[in-house]
Amino acid sequence: MKTGMSSFVELWVYLAASPLFGLTATLVVYLLAQAFYSRMQQAPWANPVLWSVLVLAGLLAATGTTYPSYFAGAQFIHFLLGPAVVALAWPMWQRRVELRQRWPALVLAAGVGGAAAAASAVLAGWALGLPLDVLASLAPKSVTAPVAMGVAEQLGGIPALAAVFAVLTGLVGTVFAKYLFDALGVQRPEARGFALGTVSHGIGAARAMQVNPVAGAYAALALGLQVVLGALLLPLLVPPLLVWLTRT
Amino acid sequence: MAASPEGASAPVAAPVATPVAAPARPGLGLQGLAALLLCQSLGEVLARGLNLPLPGPVLGLLVALALLSWSPVRASIAAAAEMLLQHLSLLFVPVGVGVVTHVALLSQYGLRMALVLLLSTLVGLAVTGLLLQALLRHQPPAELPTVNELDSDRP
Repeated sequence: MKTGMSSFVELWVYLAASPLFGLTATLVVYLLAQAFYSRMQQAPWANPVLWSVLVLAGLLAATGTTYPSYFAGAQFIHFLLGPAVVALAWPMWQRRVELRQRWPALVLAAGVGGAAAAASAVLAGWALGLPLDVLASLAPKSVTAPVAMGVAEQLGGIPALAAVFAVLTGLVGTVFAKYLFDALGVQRPEARGFALGTVSHGIGAARAMQVNPVAGAYAALALGLQVVLGALLLPLLVPPLLVWLTRT
Repeated sequence: MAASPEGASAPVAAPVATPVAAPARPGLGLQGLAALLLCQSLGEVLARGLNLPLPGPVLGLLVALALLSWSPVRASIAAAAEMLLQHLSLLFVPVGVGVVTHVALLSQYGLRMALVLLLSTLVGLAVTGLLLQALLRHQPPAELPTVNELDSDRP
């Protein structure tokens, strides 16, 4: 009995240390979360990313698995974020006619909206007394996670924290957007989808694509624009803001 | 495109059913993935070599956008891109779980961070949504996603 128990423990130690665990757990938990999401009629609060993160974090805590040993397996999924950013070229290319016709409005909305999200985060965080490296990690949170990490590093933030903020911003926007848009009278699917893609990046776009094809297309367009604009403009705009805030 | 409801019940079938012009050549998705990785690599080389302020994948996006006008690669890039973007939300999970590594920071500032995230996200959504709706007010509603020889059969 005792040997059986200890060999089970040994087996678990082996599994938890091998990349197999992180990869398998991520995929299985996500599939279950997605099944739950469709069972709940895709209610915003049942978001599969949110529940996967919560369940996996609980699983790590319950089994005493460290994040690095989990990530040894999960990195294979994580790695695909890079090619996924490149893949945004495809929905942008598909909407190239509209992009050409409406680009002044779209670029303006993405730029102003993205700047409003970043500036309000930095200002609110500063008003609440958050430290400077946290503010720098908050600024790129509307840009999709892999790019947000790079931008945060440039700004003197903490890349891993920036990625978490980006994911949380995606979730918050996805959960509340419907009610906010209804309350403000933002009815056009283009505007609803575009705002979700601009502010809540990939997670918001994934939601928009499920709700309405026009909203989804504009969300993908916004996601691509925001990746380019955010990476280009945030390193220019945020450092002066941070300097100005620390002087005041 | 992203995690679809069908994807939940038939996770294996979803990427296979990638809506590319039939008959899809086998190996199209792999060629596309190779093309995306090549674009990303080129982006990394450009970013480092020229000391550009843009991250490698973003430059890769721009390279891919230029490349898509060249029809021989379009179908394969489309196949790989549809597959990746269909499961986009899955790709955020490993990073999201990283929240466990910042427990100290979160327990100290968690409530304030949550407040900041909520407020700034709502501000961003409201500004973007209202602004674009105002800018498009004289324009006709958007049509459904463009139909071309490679477009998906999204509903």
